[in-house]
Amino acid sequence: MTTKRIVVGAHYGLKDWLAQRITAVVLAVYTLVLGLAVLAGPPLAQASWKALFSGPFIRVLTVLAFVALAWHAWIGVRDIYMDYIKPTAVRLTLQVATIVLLFAYVIWAANILWSI
Amino acid sequence: MSEAARGSGAAGARPRFRNIDIGQILQYRLPPAGIVSILHRVSGALLFLFGLPFLLYCLQLSLGPDAAFAKFKAMVAQPFVKVVFLGLIWAYLHHFCAGVRYLLLDLHVGTEKDQARTSSFAVLAVSLALTLVFALKLFGAF
Repeated sequence: MTTKRIVVGAHYGLKDWLAQRITAVVLAVYTLVLGLAVLAGPPLAQASWKALFSGPFIRVLTVLAFVALAWHAWIGVRDIYMDYIKPTAVRLTLQVATIVLLFAYVIWAANILWSI
Repeated sequence: MSEAARGSGAAGARPRFRNIDIGQILQYRLPPAGIVSILHRVSGALLFLFGLPFLLYCLQLSLGPDAAFAKFKAMVAQPFVKVVFLGLIWAYLHHFCAGVRYLLLDLHVGTEKDQARTSSFAVLAVSLALTLVFALKLFGAF
């Protein structure tokens, strides 16, 4: 059996499949930890909300969560393009736009956290 | 293809579809696992298109200076924004619950037909119930 490898394909291996699952676990854990931190803390107000994101540890953790989110979203969105967008030029354009957008989102997140 | 064929119900020649169009897809009767699956994709797409930029915008306002926080509070107080917020909350919760189900299936947990059917209903029910809790909180019931 031969595989026709195309430039806008899925890289034909376990890597992306596994990365999608690992990033999913990271995001699930981050969601639960943040949710518990909010529930366990004082009623949310401007000061306590800012205090929650003020430590260097939580900032790095949050940026890492956004990296995981961008990676996870990339694989999922690429799978959607692969299913519905057939012309190579259109699919490649969308893929590049998606990567640029996701990088920008991660930078935006870091910028927000270090501007508190 | 087999779903559509079953949907037509009539005896005689099975319809054969080569190029499936939207009209045919909408007539499919999906099993619960299929509903969870397509909603996983739809919720993921919604979260990428709208959820991520909206989340970052909310984070920027809420963690910004006092004026930005006031703007955030005024924005979230609008009923339309609350409904959008709630839709994205549902998308996140469904994607989360269905994702946990898929991780368990990958570990060969609950792969029997009746178990998989039950877990599909559980995903739909739990994510909708949690959305209801968020709705009550968002619209000030508690």
